[in-house]
Amino acid sequence: MSLSNIFTISGSAMSAQTVRLNTVASNMANVDSAASSADQTYRARKPVFSKMMNDSMHQYGWGNTKVDNSGAGIGVKVDGIVESDAPLQPRYEPDHPMANEDGYVFYPNVNPIEEMADMMSASRSFQTNVEIMNSAKSMMQKMLTLGQS
Amino acid sequence: MAISFASAFAGHDKTLEFRSARAAVLANNIANADTPNFKARDISFNAHLNKEQSRLRLAGTNSRHISAEGSAGESDGLLYRNASQPSLDGNTVDMQREQAEFAQNSLQFDTSFMFLDRKINGMKKALAGN
Repeated sequence: MSLSNIFTISGSAMSAQTVRLNTVASNMANVDSAASSADQTYRARKPVFSKMMNDSMHQYGWGNTKVDNSGAGIGVKVDGIVESDAPLQPRYEPDHPMANEDGYVFYPNVNPIEEMADMMSASRSFQTNVEIMNSAKSMMQKMLTLGQS
Repeated sequence: MAISFASAFAGHDKTLEFRSARAAVLANNIANADTPNFKARDISFNAHLNKEQSRLRLAGTNSRHISAEGSAGESDGLLYRNASQPSLDGNTVDMQREQAEFAQNSLQFDTSFMFLDRKINGMKKALAGN
């Protein structure tokens, strides 16, 4: 029955969105973490999502792929978390305790507006997947009452 | 006269299967709404019906031959959705559309369920005979 697949699918999406929300939280928390050199500065982290297909599950020899061979896919996975290549923000603050010999302090390449938009998107997607899971649950509960009334 | 479940259920059992399969496909589209290069998919009822109808049946020339069924094609009936808007990351999931389709699909599931439930009730009443 493919209704039970929905729990796997929506569950994977919910955990992926949680990872995304976590990276947003980390970026926002470090928005003002100054450093005295470019390589010590915090860089914005972004998760990379990829679709999870039954084929790839089968390829790596895990998961019961015989149950559903419809090719519909089984959700989403987080491939990894990459650091943003956007330029850092050097600011001339000679009075700052972290300033280097030229008087510059490096601030992270976190864009708070972009992060806020990302946060909204992640929480909306999470909500949607919860609703999908709920309606799959009620469909399954309904199936159990078949012929009882 | 023997009771035939297949004719009594009038295909609603198959419809329920189709509806739950489609729910999984749509849920997968929604799950991958933020995945780059993901292409939204869907199953059409006609494709499913054709697949059911095109199952191969062994020819029986003797009444004692055992009938068997095979499936003709390996096609799973899954199609790609036409994107309504191009997106920069190659993703073709339109969240609103998928949600609407999912809601409609679960209502259709409920409808088929109701029909099936009534059919079973009818059979139970006929068997009880009072």
